[in-house]
Amino acid sequence: MLDARGRGADYLVRRHYFRWPEALPWLIAIACFFVFPNRMTFGGQVLIMIMFALSLDLILGYAGIVTLGHAAFFGIGAYTVALASLRLGWSEPISGIVVGGLVAGLAGAVVGWFIVRYRGLTLLMLTIAFAAMLQESGNLRSDITGGYDGLPGLVFDPLLGTFQYDLYGHTNYWYVLIVLAVIFYFVRRTVYSPFGQALTGIRENVRRMHAIGSPVHRRLVTVYAISAAIAGVAGALFTQTNAYVTLAVFDFDNSAKVMVMLILGGAGRLYGPFLGAAVYMILEDYFSKLSPTFWQLGIGLLLVLAVLFARRGLLGLAEDARSLLAGSERGSFASRRLVWKRDYWNAIGSSAFDGAVIGFLAGFAVNLKEADLMMSYVTGMPARAIIFTLGGAAIGAAINAVALLIASRTAVEEPPS
Amino acid sequence: MPHFAIVAVSILFDGLAYAMFLFITSVGLSVTMGLMGFVNLAHGAFAMAGGYVVVSLTRSYGVGFVPSLIIASVLIGLISARLERRLYQRLYKSTDLEQVLLTIGLAFMAIATATYFYGPIPKSVPLPDWLEGDVNLGFRAFPSYRAFLIAIGVVLIAVLWYAFERTNIGAKIRAAVDNRRMAESVGINVDRLFTLTFAVGSGLAALGGGLAIQLFGLTPSFAVLYLVLFLIVVAVGGLGSLKGTLLAALVIGIIDTGGKYAFPVAGNLFIYAITAIVLLYKPTGFFGRE
Amino acid sequence: MTAAALQVEGLNRAFGALPVTRDVNLTLERGARRALIGPNGAGKTTLVNLITGVLKPHSGRVLLDGDDITGLSQAARARRGLARTFQINQLFRGLTVLENLCMTIGERDGHCNNLWRSAGSRRVVIDEALDHLDSLRLTDDALKLVRELPYGRQRLVEIAIALAQKPRVLLLDEPAAGVPSSESHLILDVVAALDPDIAVLIIEHDMDVVFRFAKEITVLVQGAVFTQGTPNEIMNNEQVRAVYLGQESHRGDRHG
Repeated sequence: MLDARGRGADYLVRRHYFRWPEALPWLIAIACFFVFPNRMTFGGQVLIMIMFALSLDLILGYAGIVTLGHAAFFGIGAYTVALASLRLGWSEPISGIVVGGLVAGLAGAVVGWFIVRYRGLTLLMLTIAFAAMLQESGNLRSDITGGYDGLPGLVFDPLLGTFQYDLYGHTNYWYVLIVLAVIFYFVRRTVYSPFGQALTGIRENVRRMHAIGSPVHRRLVTVYAISAAIAGVAGALFTQTNAYVTLAVFDFDNSAKVMVMLILGGAGRLYGPFLGAAVYMILEDYFSKLSPTFWQLGIGLLLVLAVLFARRGLLGLAEDARSLLAGSERGSFASRRLVWKRDYWNAIGSSAFDGAVIGFLAGFAVNLKEADLMMSYVTGMPARAIIFTLGGAAIGAAINAVALLIASRTAVEEPPS
Repeated sequence: MPHFAIVAVSILFDGLAYAMFLFITSVGLSVTMGLMGFVNLAHGAFAMAGGYVVVSLTRSYGVGFVPSLIIASVLIGLISARLERRLYQRLYKSTDLEQVLLTIGLAFMAIATATYFYGPIPKSVPLPDWLEGDVNLGFRAFPSYRAFLIAIGVVLIAVLWYAFERTNIGAKIRAAVDNRRMAESVGINVDRLFTLTFAVGSGLAALGGGLAIQLFGLTPSFAVLYLVLFLIVVAVGGLGSLKGTLLAALVIGIIDTGGKYAFPVAGNLFIYAITAIVLLYKPTGFFGRE
Repeated sequence: MTAAALQVEGLNRAFGALPVTRDVNLTLERGARRALIGPNGAGKTTLVNLITGVLKPHSGRVLLDGDDITGLSQAARARRGLARTFQINQLFRGLTVLENLCMTIGERDGHCNNLWRSAGSRRVVIDEALDHLDSLRLTDDALKLVRELPYGRQRLVEIAIALAQKPRVLLLDEPAAGVPSSESHLILDVVAALDPDIAVLIIEHDMDVVFRFAKEITVLVQGAVFTQGTPNEIMNNEQVRAVYLGQESHRGDRHG
């Protein structure tokens, strides 16, 4: 057995070695081609979103830069390829995405140089403003960009001169998968490099980084440019695989969506984007066809629950579950006895009250929806009022009870509500 | 009157009305963010909810427009206070990102709920007679509704200014914004202060939402569409500053109105450009603390 | 004549209308062991912030080995051999102790400019980090997350990071602050065993520590240098006692 010193060295030396579970996402991606051959257009879009989320992971998960405007670089890549094809007749796809990535990366370097010194609301607003300004400027010159109607019917050469695009998106799927693999390889190297280490340092404690002599600004601009370039490649692939692009690529919604995907999977982890983007896209595809309203409610609820119970995303939950099963001290699920405090009853009662009020109002609103009249709610339909109110109280109490059960088993800093 | 002056007066008037709407809706967000550093992206949802309460009250229950505004503000204020106590309080020590995600999630849920009950089609409100038509100020006739909006805005500004600068509570809020720990050690109950401020701010947002129906029409996506605008006003004005919010609202309201008149194609470009310029030059906004 | 390791000349700084540093002159020779003492609010941490570049002075100069570093950023000064610890730990709490050290060494030697080769392949860095841990008896904690350590051991990591920068000048801001008295000897032993070539300035309130460690003392009052001298001179200085009456905490009843 190694001594403490040896173990320490061993841990760091081995950290970047490939572990067999890392092959899993790739095997699954390849398998999907054979299992779902008629969903390959969708599959290609999922892979593109994974790439986009991966780019965000670099700056948000590893460097700690919170941005709601990353769609700007996705859009830059998308439009570079589109305009190059349309106006310069540059329809070779591979060089197209390289150029798209470079242009986006350059934009990232310039914008980043100005904004990475800020944090918090200021940074958030600057990123939102940049993406929005690109979108509005694009609308101003809709003669070039096609505005919100976009540029349809783009044409691209066959890949490497031989692989034609097909209606089923088969060629596209392999194309995007291979590009994703190449990009992922570089991202993985960066994350495990000393530079990647410095990024986590900046995220953890930027004051300390300054004090040990780290050129923080330079590091952040570098990673911002790299992230922008990758987002640009994702955007370029988007244009190529859809043969179509509109100004909607710059939407605030897209920036928010990719952030949700990343958090869902787990930010600051290499495979968080894979899990998050895939799960989100699949759920969205299924539920928004069922009912867009229901999907929006679901995603909102998911976000709230994620922040309250699963801050580190699905991968974080998986880690916690594993350490719970293994019974180790690490992870936030230490094996503790169930401790029931007296204030818990207070909390549950409070939630029951909230639930009752919400239930009562819900009944009221359902009434409104059914009969847009001045119908007296309580006297006219007492049964409904009672059921809704009591039902609400029960649900509220139950939710809080479960939450407290979970919280009391884990090492959690928050006091009971 | 020369044509140019007529146009200028129109722009100023409309811009002022728009600015009043922005101020009323955003001031709560500015003070709460300055006071507690809590990023509440559900603020737009409070405005939207206020609007829908007004719609329901006026259309389904025949309540007058102005009473509906008051009821909506109070109702949303109370609900938001409850929400703050039960949910938001847990996240005061969390990172900005977590606060952003939680409140955006709440906003989505609110939008979905509103869509379910009211549908996606824009709603309008029946206005009382005295708000329809124009009011004649001698040299020109102005739309009564916008004049009303400006009047309410001015009254609220005066009330808020008085409350902030001349009352005990206002002093406590200003102290807590300036240095929370110091305020706590002097015996100010910052938590309770915050709940009160939050409730008033959300109530004002609901009021703004109710007032906005006539200007922009009300759809569920109001909650996120205008959220970015509120955030801009708050960021540009400076967190926790009443006069900052006012100045930012005026600048953005008037320049946006003027910009849309002169270059309609440019859309919101001017607003975003102003935001970027101001923030790059002074990251904490006009009157924000360093 | 060789330049002093650290030279502070006429440093001035005010916050608004309040002067917090007034015409301060200070010299640290190589191998210096100087303590900076003064009543609360005297501006000791502010002075360290001015020296390290966290704050910019309104006038005055800071010289490191004779070079004027007044215009340099905090990071640039650190790269030239100026290291400090903070009064409240500033560590990478979510990372392991070993990673904290490797990061410091990586930045020091410029490894962190490398995006390609893995951090794990830098045996040299890892070995040096482990050496530092060994010398501070932190090796057993190498793979623990910093936030899981008791505060006293975290304080040791804070010092380890400063030492891993291989500084020529080391500024310690109350290194034993917040450490339970049962553990403070760990800190003090480290401070006592510092490389004799490093010039050290230590801010401290505990007079026992000061007298055990310092060869020279600077007394700062209301932002200005009140007096300087050897420990004996300071101890017997009536004015210093007056300034300190009722202000500082110490073991033993040495001063009134």
